[in-house]
Amino acid sequence: MTTAARPVMQKKDYKSDQEIRWCPGCGDYAILNAVQSAFAKLGKQLHETVIISGIGCSSRFPYYMETYGFHTIHGRAPTIATGVKIANPALDVWVVTGDGDAMSIGGNHFIHALRRNVGLKVLMFNNRIYGLTKGQFSPTSEQGKVTKSSPLGSVDYPFHPIALALGAGATFIARGIDVFLPHLEEVITKVSSHTGTAFCEIYQNCNIFNDGAYKGITEKELRDDRVLYLEHGKPLLFGKDKDKGIAFDANFQPHIVTGAELSRAFVWDETAASPAPAMALANMSETDFPVPVGVFRRREMPAFETGIRDQITAAKQKKSQSLHELLRQGEIWDVG
Amino acid sequence: MDQGSPSSAVRKGIEDRDQVVIRFAGDSGDGMQLTGDQFTRTTALMGNDIATFPDFPAEIRAPAGTLPGVSAFQLRFSSFDIHTPGDAPDVLVAMNPAALKVHLKELKKDGILILNTASFSALDLKKAKYEVDPRTDGTLAGWRLIEVDLEARTREALAETELDARSKDRCKNMYALGILYWMFHRDMAPTERAMAEKFKKKPDVVAANLMAMKAGYDYAETTEVFQTSYRVPPAHLPKGTYRNIMGNQALCLGLVAGAQRAGLELFLGSYPITPASDILHQLSTYKHLGVVTFQAEDEIAAVGAAIGASYAGSLGLTSTSGPGLALKSEAIGLAVMAELPLVVIDVQRAGPSTGMPTKTQQADLLQAMYGRNGESPVAVIAASTPADAFMVGFEAVRIAVQFMTPVIVLSDGYIANGSEPWLLPDTQALPTFAVEFAAPQSAGTKFEPYKRNPKTLARPWAKPGTPGLMHRIGGLEKQDVTGNISYDAENHQHMVDTRAQKVANIAFAVEPAVTLGEDHGDLLVLGWGSTRGAITSAVLQLQKDGHKVSACFLRWLNPLPQNLGDLLKRFRHVLLPELNKGQLCMMLRSRYLVDVESYSKVDGLPFKSHEITARLTECLASLKNKGGR
Repeated sequence: MTTAARPVMQKKDYKSDQEIRWCPGCGDYAILNAVQSAFAKLGKQLHETVIISGIGCSSRFPYYMETYGFHTIHGRAPTIATGVKIANPALDVWVVTGDGDAMSIGGNHFIHALRRNVGLKVLMFNNRIYGLTKGQFSPTSEQGKVTKSSPLGSVDYPFHPIALALGAGATFIARGIDVFLPHLEEVITKVSSHTGTAFCEIYQNCNIFNDGAYKGITEKELRDDRVLYLEHGKPLLFGKDKDKGIAFDANFQPHIVTGAELSRAFVWDETAASPAPAMALANMSETDFPVPVGVFRRREMPAFETGIRDQITAAKQKKSQSLHELLRQGEIWDVG
Repeated sequence: MDQGSPSSAVRKGIEDRDQVVIRFAGDSGDGMQLTGDQFTRTTALMGNDIATFPDFPAEIRAPAGTLPGVSAFQLRFSSFDIHTPGDAPDVLVAMNPAALKVHLKELKKDGILILNTASFSALDLKKAKYEVDPRTDGTLAGWRLIEVDLEARTREALAETELDARSKDRCKNMYALGILYWMFHRDMAPTERAMAEKFKKKPDVVAANLMAMKAGYDYAETTEVFQTSYRVPPAHLPKGTYRNIMGNQALCLGLVAGAQRAGLELFLGSYPITPASDILHQLSTYKHLGVVTFQAEDEIAAVGAAIGASYAGSLGLTSTSGPGLALKSEAIGLAVMAELPLVVIDVQRAGPSTGMPTKTQQADLLQAMYGRNGESPVAVIAASTPADAFMVGFEAVRIAVQFMTPVIVLSDGYIANGSEPWLLPDTQALPTFAVEFAAPQSAGTKFEPYKRNPKTLARPWAKPGTPGLMHRIGGLEKQDVTGNISYDAENHQHMVDTRAQKVANIAFAVEPAVTLGEDHGDLLVLGWGSTRGAITSAVLQLQKDGHKVSACFLRWLNPLPQNLGDLLKRFRHVLLPELNKGQLCMMLRSRYLVDVESYSKVDGLPFKSHEITARLTECLASLKNKGGR
């Protein structure tokens, strides 16, 4: 199908007739909005788009999109999505998941989907809490978090999802924040254009069980100093007047540079072969440094389903065999 | 026999037999499976009926020479139709003291024991836990002992070759095979062809193996050690083209055939597990047939990917064994709820937990039936012999797509690795059941994902990518017809009932139960799965002896055949042998209120036909004592 022939899409076209059952004020509304808006601009056709989710608040997402959707079981969305993508690589397959779904019960599937580079777009809503089960700490909750299941504070150290994705060999990694809508929409657009697995962590506020988790980053008066926008080919600068920068020492330890030192700010290359700079940013202390958003990594590598399909195409070209011949393969003999 | 003859002029006797049971036993590294396999192929090609039973440890190489490291292969071949690999062997080939110790007790009285004397050092005996050399203390009395130093003989035979001593020693199984080929008038040509193919890239290995085999043959022919050879004329099998087939192989072929007849691409998601891994191996060689195989990161991912593939319009398949089925439970429940076709293969092994991975059992029936949360019915079908696995795989696909339901296929280690001659079906005659996906709809028409076929109750199969059919499915309860999320009480009752009725409706689409023998009488023996061979042998024997015994074998376990309840009530007594603690027995007693008697065995081995015969004889005696009704 040529681009010219495709019907023009509007944001409202993606809205399903289902009543949305997220809590009023939930960050998920903003993300839904950003996705619908990005999809419209990208001209995605409803019937070619499949959204697959696991379990959790975020995983209700497919019901609210007028595309194909499959709300599956806890943590397993990447496995089902992998099957869909291999069976029909022409489909545009999205996985919507949360920090519990992807980092905890589905951790294994998450890392293996990234390792294989299956052509899936994974949007992980990270609210650092279990919302649907009413407020237990999650694998991304900060240590010491007091919740219903950790009355004295959680002892667990959290995962850094971006670092985990880098470790798993992901070819595309990005981060957005629910309240920064235009930026989020732009990140989703970039996610969409990637060939292999594209992972996007989205900071999302749970106003019921973890309200204000990202307040220290997103508050209007703070955000200029607390957010670092990653821009390909540009130095890592932040602050209202872009007067602060991030530089690395020889061991890839980050530090903040200002004034005369500003020219030492690291020039961001999202396509870098080495994961070291991205890893350094992913592990930066949230208290001492600004939070990076945007594209951490973007590498072109053949997608898993392409490899699978290529083998089948080549095998079919090399050998054709009827069912009759298949059954008679090897040593056969006649009686009578 | 004239003991004094010079070897070149030994006069040898020839005896005719209508059946022979041979067991090869040795160390895991001795090549017993290969030896047995070669004898089987040759014998099948020579027109005998044959049944095999490989029995090997789970460890790849347990410490050499020890009891746990013993690997065996039993085969039975005959001039008549047989149903099992036999009970006690007529011939035992024991490659070391450990193999002797494990298997001697089963050798028939007066049976032939071919013993490799190369490994009878004090250490070998100690590893086999023999305090005294069994050749010296009368342990072997009562059997016809033939001692051969296979290592020395093989090295002698290969003296001229360039191979190192270790590689030469590895040919000793072929020397033993040569001896047996002489003893049983087997043709060496099929093995010559097979070895040339197997070691294509190592011509020196092929040459050495064949040289060892021929030397074994010549040794048996010319020395006095072997006095008699045995002829087993071909069996009178039904007319047609045959090949020898193992259960896992036949199952793969049936699934491929089924998917072709459905017009679907076959997608296997699998994670390696004994004894099911060969299904993954074999299907991964069928890329030219469009078969997609995906080796997943775990059992759950394997079934998840298969469900995803089915959702996208392929035939999703996953293969595993009991522990893997446990891991897949939640996902199978999702397929029940989403009403998607899915074929799940469980090649059962002895459990619980890791259990005995290479030993057989039928103890996953209740797991297959009920091992999911909620009311979660699935279709369950069982293969009964290696060749039967073909039609079972085929039928599983047909039912999965016609009823939009998961189908669990139960096989077991005995069927998976056992083999028998298979009368190849006429592929033109296989039924066709081309899937019709839901057709595209124009904008403005609301697609109804749960609008059912009134006859089967199956919902439409709407592939993503089809214009106008956008819809959402998932694990949450849905309103019938519309597919909207629904927590409504009446709707849930209706949907639970509907999913159950849909699976029950399969009974109208499959064959009714038939009996081997009369459809009424004193005693009915019910069987499912791999007990079929042993039950058939026992029942045919008793029928020949004039007893009123019938047998019935269930292919579908869910739903059960429509006529089964009536059938059970037409017999005074029903006996149900199972390799579990009475699982089907429990299902039948609760369903039909019939006093089905369980005959349970859970030792990791298949039933022997004499065990069934003995139990049936007891039953008949007790019925006789009770008198007529």
